[in-house]
Amino acid sequence: MANYSTNEFKSGLKVMLDGEPCSILENEFVKPGKGQAFNRVKLRNLRSGRVWERTFKSGESLEGADVLDCSLEYSYTDGEFFYFMDSDSFEQHAAEAAAVGDTQKWLKEQEKYEVTLYNGSPISITPPNFIELEIIETDPGLKGDTAQGGSKPATLTTGAVVRVPLFILQGEVVRVDTRSGEYVSRASRH
Amino acid sequence: MSTWQPGATLETLSARASLLADIRQFFALRGVLEVETPLLCQAGVTDPALEALSVDVGGGEHRYLQTSPEYAMKRLLSAGSGDIFQISKAFRADELGSRHNPEYTLLEWYRLGVDHHQLLREVADLLCQLLELQSWQVWPWQALFEHFLSLNPHLASHQALADRAGEYLAQPLPDLDRDGLLDLCMSHVIEPGMRDWGMVFVVDYPASQAALARQFDRNGVALGARFECYVDGLEMANGYWEAKESDDLRARFTADNHNRQRRGQLEQVIDERLLAALLAGLPDCAGVALGVDRLLMCQQKLSHMDATLAFSWSRA
Repeated sequence: MANYSTNEFKSGLKVMLDGEPCSILENEFVKPGKGQAFNRVKLRNLRSGRVWERTFKSGESLEGADVLDCSLEYSYTDGEFFYFMDSDSFEQHAAEAAAVGDTQKWLKEQEKYEVTLYNGSPISITPPNFIELEIIETDPGLKGDTAQGGSKPATLTTGAVVRVPLFILQGEVVRVDTRSGEYVSRASRH
Repeated sequence: MSTWQPGATLETLSARASLLADIRQFFALRGVLEVETPLLCQAGVTDPALEALSVDVGGGEHRYLQTSPEYAMKRLLSAGSGDIFQISKAFRADELGSRHNPEYTLLEWYRLGVDHHQLLREVADLLCQLLELQSWQVWPWQALFEHFLSLNPHLASHQALADRAGEYLAQPLPDLDRDGLLDLCMSHVIEPGMRDWGMVFVVDYPASQAALARQFDRNGVALGARFECYVDGLEMANGYWEAKESDDLRARFTADNHNRQRRGQLEQVIDERLLAALLAGLPDCAGVALGVDRLLMCQQKLSHMDATLAFSWSRA
């Protein structure tokens, strides 16, 4: 991979730091008029999601990371790996549970996910911001309670539990914001 | 993105024009002569912290865009110009960020027969007027380190400095020499700490950071007769009681080039015309360079320099 000097650092650049693939979030150039120039950099460790802060002397460089973001379709899991497919090439990518992380509760077959590949292997999976899932279990709602704003837990096909309004019934498909884990609306009819 | 359009609002550009007019008025009232010196000179700068842009001027010749008009202005002083000021563009390679643009505007002026303490009062007068400030403070460099980092920067060992810096900053620290560590503390701890301090003049820099200021000794500590002016933690101006011995400056330039060699930077040609002028005799004087774009940032409460520039580096 190419090396990138601090003056090429910009948000989104993928680099290696301490053996970990990272994405640069912020790069601030700091320099006293008569003195050493520094770059204060915030990076996201793409494997752990943690944000690191590091100061470099300006002119230092980091190795680029072989990282590729692509949109892949979730196929299935064999219990050990989660399989994602490139719908153009039909190429399969096996992701470990660690790479899937919390996204596991939003995995729906045939849905597209943003998969970050590092050296060809998935290291993180980001769900779409909104996803439509069926409710497999929830208490029956009370009739006439629609305006009160009350809510109850509902379990979705993926195992995720979200709070839904009381009028929503088991078997209905709901639209959920995966970033907040909150119910948005009933799903649009297909 | 449409990059043909300016990044500054018309209101800001109008404030810039007023600022320049106010500066000229300030010096006109004080009888300081406005001068112009070349931007493209045959010598650049040896200071390892500065990198001049080199321009191919044809015929195999390269000239350097000046990192400040200091050398040419000192030649005018040696030629008997008296008090002078200049508002000019200056250029520094690779300096780009929210407080830096590689091409920027500098106000530089020299006053005869004054030291840096007298000159800093004039800087304070100018900034109080332009920024509508009422007061300012003077802090010795050492006192800032004692205040923010609880250590004496003249006496602390390299390890003690690194340990203390490490308490404030993400580890590991970059590999730095002593002055680099001091700069790290200054830019990462002290400057942010002065964010709501208004106008602060820092004085009594260590001799190792004297640049082209006179050096003197106080209680066995070698210091530089230099000041820096900060407004709310933003470095605004840098002034010296000017060193005037030709041999002394030649020695500093030569040491700069040794440092460049050690750090893997290209050595730079020493400006012999400047040294010849000093040999002929630079009058006793103090000089200061003030960043006009930063002044405008401060005056207009803008957080990014791009917003002060019609066309910043990425739009130029």
